[in-house]
Amino acid sequence: MVAFTVNGQRKEVGVDGDTPLLWVLREHLKMTGTKFGCGVAACGACTVHVDGNPIRSCITPVSLVEGAAITTIEGLSPDGSHPLQKAWIAEQVPQCGYCQSGQIMQAAALLARNKNPSRDEIVEHMDGNLCRCGTYLRIISAIQRAAREG
Amino acid sequence: MNTHLSRRDFLKDTAGLTLALTVAPIGLAEEAAATEAPFAPSVWLTIATDGTISIVSPAAEMGQGSFTTLPLIIAEELDADWAKVKPILPPAWDDKKYGNPAYGSTFQTSASASVHGYFKALRVAGAQARRVLLDAVAAKWNVPVGELTTEPSVVVHKPSGRRISYGEIAAFAKAPSELPKIEDKDLKPTATFRLIGKDVPRVELPTKVTGAAKYAMDVQVLGMVYAAVLQSPYPAGAPETVDDVAARKLPGITDVVRLPDGVAVIGDTVEGTQAAKKLLKVTWSSAAGVSHDSERALEEFAAVGRDLARTGVPYETKGDAKGAMAGAVKVFRGDYRTRYVYHAQMEPLSATASVSSDGKSAEIWAGTQGASGALNQVARLLQTERAKLTLHQHVLGGGFGRRGQHEVIIDAVRLAKAVGKPVKLVWSREDDIAFGKFRPMTAHHIEAGFDASGKLIAWHHRVVAESVVAYTAAMAGTTPAPTDRIVMKGSPIPQYPIPNKLAEHVVMPGRARLAPWRGVGNGHNAFAAESFIDEMAKELGKDPIAFRLELSEGQPRMQTLLRTVAEMSDWTRKRDGRALGTATMVKDDTLAAGVAEVSVDRASGRIKVHNVWVAIDAGIAVQPKNIAAQTEGSIVYGLGHVLRERITIKDGRVREANFTDYQPARMSDVPNIEVKVISTDNPPTGAGEDGLPLLACSVGNAIATLTGVRLRELPFAPERVRGALGA
Repeated sequence: MVAFTVNGQRKEVGVDGDTPLLWVLREHLKMTGTKFGCGVAACGACTVHVDGNPIRSCITPVSLVEGAAITTIEGLSPDGSHPLQKAWIAEQVPQCGYCQSGQIMQAAALLARNKNPSRDEIVEHMDGNLCRCGTYLRIISAIQRAAREG
Repeated sequence: MNTHLSRRDFLKDTAGLTLALTVAPIGLAEEAAATEAPFAPSVWLTIATDGTISIVSPAAEMGQGSFTTLPLIIAEELDADWAKVKPILPPAWDDKKYGNPAYGSTFQTSASASVHGYFKALRVAGAQARRVLLDAVAAKWNVPVGELTTEPSVVVHKPSGRRISYGEIAAFAKAPSELPKIEDKDLKPTATFRLIGKDVPRVELPTKVTGAAKYAMDVQVLGMVYAAVLQSPYPAGAPETVDDVAARKLPGITDVVRLPDGVAVIGDTVEGTQAAKKLLKVTWSSAAGVSHDSERALEEFAAVGRDLARTGVPYETKGDAKGAMAGAVKVFRGDYRTRYVYHAQMEPLSATASVSSDGKSAEIWAGTQGASGALNQVARLLQTERAKLTLHQHVLGGGFGRRGQHEVIIDAVRLAKAVGKPVKLVWSREDDIAFGKFRPMTAHHIEAGFDASGKLIAWHHRVVAESVVAYTAAMAGTTPAPTDRIVMKGSPIPQYPIPNKLAEHVVMPGRARLAPWRGVGNGHNAFAAESFIDEMAKELGKDPIAFRLELSEGQPRMQTLLRTVAEMSDWTRKRDGRALGTATMVKDDTLAAGVAEVSVDRASGRIKVHNVWVAIDAGIAVQPKNIAAQTEGSIVYGLGHVLRERITIKDGRVREANFTDYQPARMSDVPNIEVKVISTDNPPTGAGEDGLPLLACSVGNAIATLTGVRLRELPFAPERVRGALGA
């Protein structure tokens, strides 16, 4: 049994401690906003926050998050009103949308620490998140907009 | 506007019958069925008494925006208030009603053919529905229909000043037994469009920033089990011996099932089945691809390309290219190569299926580019009829051609039937690459002949490659087309009206799994043709844009684009340590021209693309900003395969494993991109992939200008660039 909180709610799951957090969230807890992309921390689609830090849930054994506070895209805001979510709509960022949960969670961790990141800081922070539709320039614009409009 | 699809009651178009049909949710959970059946002026839309207009969007939504764009075309002619429009999935996968006319009225979302194929049909449908509303009001008010006009979602009788909303009309109107005839003159003049050409936000995007959008990978069905499949490393290999002892020992593994070209592990969890799959020890029957070595084969392809005695299948023949070439006073020759590339859609393939106990009915949860093809194949597999199949379509986590191939759906159905439970089949990223279906590698040999006056009179482009249509037809159990438009598209270069042309496909034996890839043949063919044209321009001492303007004499649309990108890029301005390269492409009547600005680090061979300017003419631009977004996205998609993406096959096995060694473009690779969408009064054509073909050639042309060294094969990987530069 592993216990932790997800978006403020306490969860207990009876899975092997080696099970990746990603599958616990998606298939056991049925919270599918966090996406499976590569399984080897090479694409960032599975990014969630553990105690405020962005991590790749696909390579994180659930035993490592015992007692931790996890935030997923479903918990970033109650109603899609986080400045990044609003900016993502304003800039019409998503195309297929599959990577965007991870992109937004990765970006949210940046803005939490750096309220006004430069373009280079954005690129450096976001470079581990793949977007095959090629929405990168819009992601940069949306992060800048969220930083500006708050 | 309501932004998600939901279960709806749908009124049938004839005889006022109400049929309750299930529509799969695209975004959020299904809502309760409406208590009152809304008015259905045609099969394409319903109008509720509150004014909500639900419009069928028949194409797969894979990021290209057609879930918004197609209903918008109906809304335009219906004169609907867009704020009241709610796009929905087709209430039934009825080819005749909702299929794409460009695909013989089938559900097929590919080749950027949705707006192009549906445009006229949807305009007519919208105009018919508007006429039904007008007729209903004319009868009720007892006025001539000619005195009625519409404003957004309102019918107006100007002589009396009366107004009635579409929602109010829905309360009393009856659908006619036969829809009114609509002729071209009854459609709105282009100049009066309110929605077409004016950008609206994509309707499903709110679900894509909250995690609410549902993809095939997200499906959860009561009582389902998970499956992982180990496929044969090469096409058509069948399992011979299967050692599943270790796999079965893992907790939660319940079954191991043989498939025609794979072995499946069934179990309680996704992590358990994925782990067990790796423990399977399987030997495979021999097949054509068993010893395939892609690098060695590419050398052979190149030799075949140069051997003019090896004739191919003609794709475009104009005049007498060989005769004119023989009579030319100057002949240029060029050879180019590209390698296998992988779709790398962000959502690995997945499908869920449930099959009835008699094996004749099935329910499928998937995200497919080809609903008709998938359903036809499942019907054939189960020896049943399509009416007994239910498809729940989801948003697609990227398509790019990959999700027009249905093997994961078919395997999910096979497995659900075998184990008697709903089965969710999940491919890992490693599976998605190892069992990927690639754009074929190509070798190109091009010859161009000039007459004594310096005019380009003969063009001969030989494409040496496996056949994609032969492979996909074999998979689908259909007859392949005589020519391969997937491999050959773009090779006729209509932007350059050369009097004698031959584009031929020298078809090599099939060894790899293949599929259409974003941009299809335009990707490799534009790389070869536009690199070659640039080589000739440099040889002839002509400016590359001026040379293309000369070659595109009589093609004003292309000439406009060339002049536009020249201006956008400030073409004649010299850059310190950087250079510009240009390219054009025509794909299914969409034209584009581009300029790339690059630099290269000579020590490492790393190319940096700093700026890309593109001008695109896809006829009437239905959603201009979305066309720009698609063009921008396809440039980024193409950037990866210019810089480093390539699939290598050795001993019949794909060598690349994951995003660690197959690397699409990342944010740090991306240049500034400026796209100018030029709307022209031509029927709208595709716009989902048109930046991609421009990229390899414009980057290669810029490198040649910068360094004097010509890169003739993709990808422009650092080690190859370093070697070419002699660093």
